[in-house]
Amino acid sequence: MYIYDEYDQQIVEDRVKQFRDQTRRFLAGELSESEFLPLRLQNGLYVQRYAPMLRVAIPYGLISARQVRKLALIARQYDKGYVHFSTRQNVQFNWPALEDVPDILAHLAEVQMHAIQTSGNCIRNTTTDQFAGVAADELVDPRPWCEIIRQWSTFHPEFAFLPRKFKIAVNGAEADRAAIGVHDIGLNVVRNDAGDIGFRVLVGGGLGRTPIVGSQICEFLPWQHLLTYLDAILRVYNRYGRRDNKYKARIKILVKALTPEVFAEKVNAEWAHTKDGPATLTQQELDRVAGHFSAPAYEQFSGDDADYLAKREAEKGFNNWALRNVHAHKVPGYAAVTLSLKPTAVAPGDADDKQLDAIADLADQFSFGELRVTHQQNLVLADVRQSDLYELWQACRKHGFATPNIGLLTDIICCPGGDFCALANAKSIPIAEAIQRTFDDLDYLHDIGDLDLNISGCMNACGHHHVGHIGVLGVDKKGQEFYQVSIGGNSGRDASIGQILGPSFSAEDMPSVMTKVIDVYIENRTPEEQFLDTFKRIGMAPFKERVYAAAN
Amino acid sequence: MQRLIKNGEVVNDSWHLLDKDATLDGLPNSDSIIVPLALWLEHSHALKARDGGLGVWLDSDEEVESIADDLQQFQVIALNFPVFSDGRNYSNARLLRDRYQYQGEVRAIGDVLRDQLFFMQRCGFDAFALRADRNADEALESLKDFSNTYQAATDQPLPLFRRRA
Repeated sequence: MYIYDEYDQQIVEDRVKQFRDQTRRFLAGELSESEFLPLRLQNGLYVQRYAPMLRVAIPYGLISARQVRKLALIARQYDKGYVHFSTRQNVQFNWPALEDVPDILAHLAEVQMHAIQTSGNCIRNTTTDQFAGVAADELVDPRPWCEIIRQWSTFHPEFAFLPRKFKIAVNGAEADRAAIGVHDIGLNVVRNDAGDIGFRVLVGGGLGRTPIVGSQICEFLPWQHLLTYLDAILRVYNRYGRRDNKYKARIKILVKALTPEVFAEKVNAEWAHTKDGPATLTQQELDRVAGHFSAPAYEQFSGDDADYLAKREAEKGFNNWALRNVHAHKVPGYAAVTLSLKPTAVAPGDADDKQLDAIADLADQFSFGELRVTHQQNLVLADVRQSDLYELWQACRKHGFATPNIGLLTDIICCPGGDFCALANAKSIPIAEAIQRTFDDLDYLHDIGDLDLNISGCMNACGHHHVGHIGVLGVDKKGQEFYQVSIGGNSGRDASIGQILGPSFSAEDMPSVMTKVIDVYIENRTPEEQFLDTFKRIGMAPFKERVYAAAN
Repeated sequence: MQRLIKNGEVVNDSWHLLDKDATLDGLPNSDSIIVPLALWLEHSHALKARDGGLGVWLDSDEEVESIADDLQQFQVIALNFPVFSDGRNYSNARLLRDRYQYQGEVRAIGDVLRDQLFFMQRCGFDAFALRADRNADEALESLKDFSNTYQAATDQPLPLFRRRA
């Protein structure tokens, strides 16, 4: 992974010093609440329902064992002993004291971490495929590009006060595990026929109040021009994005108002002035950054490990886990493994300090000391020998990470919701738990198959409900918490926004609603279909009929 | 007299900033004035005929393109921040410097706070009319918040990757 040099380290340390002074001035009354707000937000610090919340950046989801141990220490020393992994591959502390935040940032800087631009109307953490660099279906490794974008976006002086937040995602594989269609900018790293690397550029996708899939504005941007082109997009947005209404301030509204064609023309007109200028990327810089992502010292294996395959045959529990939590690796004899942070009755994405220490040890023992955070709020050990999988499974069981539910109905993406978040209309975690308890038969879950269930506690859509195969949105109806269900969303390739099933439901109704939706799928599916396929074929009507019939 | 941060030090400011609805009536002939864009667009001949110094100020929703052909007329171009969170004038400052090679003073006015000075300086502002209730001497410190930066910008046209040892 990328290791800071003296420049990177200095910038992060300067930030700690700057924020320490800003906090001091706020506490001394020299800065008003409204003046401190954007300063703390650009440092990931929210004032939440019960306490401040500090969001720490995990650039494109990559984190080392040493960094995880630091998170554990901070959780113990400054928080209530646990952290929450978010859908932007970041990590959140829910209970730090405001006056401790500068010290927490100093701890983070010691291990090359920070909270820069994890919030606020600026360019946020760039996200990517959790299997970047190891996926069997990968065309180009997106990580060097993510790091180049990270450096370009960090304290970009022109774009610190955009109309609204700005999110970039990069994907370099056949499948799209980075959901680039629903980001402000989505970059698909590709090779052209000549073998040169470049980017297919999507712009104006997003969730929130106005969910929309991004539009392609450039089919192939040669890699040297990445930063000047991004500068041009951001400048057009900074100048012309709406600032009169925060719900219409995202770039998607501008792209839609102008049409993607006109937006692209404006970007190209702007880009013409800076193209080939000094911000053009160099081969030397690409090599320098890419050098940090070279393959670890893999052992040579000729193919799958026979003993691993035999153990799968022999032990059903191990096989269930291998079916869902073990993923194909481009190197023979290796696998990527997802550690589930979604056991029933634990808030999705939460881990306590002991678990964090255990996770760090597992990374050291089994995966070259590195981990990835997924946007589904799980963790991944990306480079595990197949011959170690059985031992790893046992260790995961001991620590509670072995729930064999990756990609299944109970692997729910869920925002912190009304239990923690000041913005939420409704609680989300108890809904997730009630559904997990309803679907507690593992064989049935495996039979249901691939199903993304995403839950958000409000329109801000942190739980990505629009792109869940089944999405749940918490709404407020005259002071009561209700839940709107949508079906047919998809964050992968051919991304789509789910359609609303109908009138919303009370919390108690949610498990039975979910049961009915699943029943309709099971009754109608053909042997080769997953949930989304069946929905696409039979449409909304049968689901609607079943769910609302019972209510009459 | 208003205090101004200019070229890294605090100085007394001799320029008069006219209100957005200012007219030519009673305009002093020899004082240095910064006029709103609308006044300039309507009365550029009369304003050019004055003896005193001339500057223009643009609000955050006004575009530098509208004065691109007149830049040599102005000793000062002031860009207004109606609220500090309105970031449009960061782009306008860069356009004045990088695209139109404007060499005069680019001044930040309005809701100008010390924690934004570093970014403003990087975008080509060289003068800062700090909000009246703020201590300009303390604010000077913030011009040095960071000892290095990643991106190409007006103050440093080479990105860090072209400067890294």
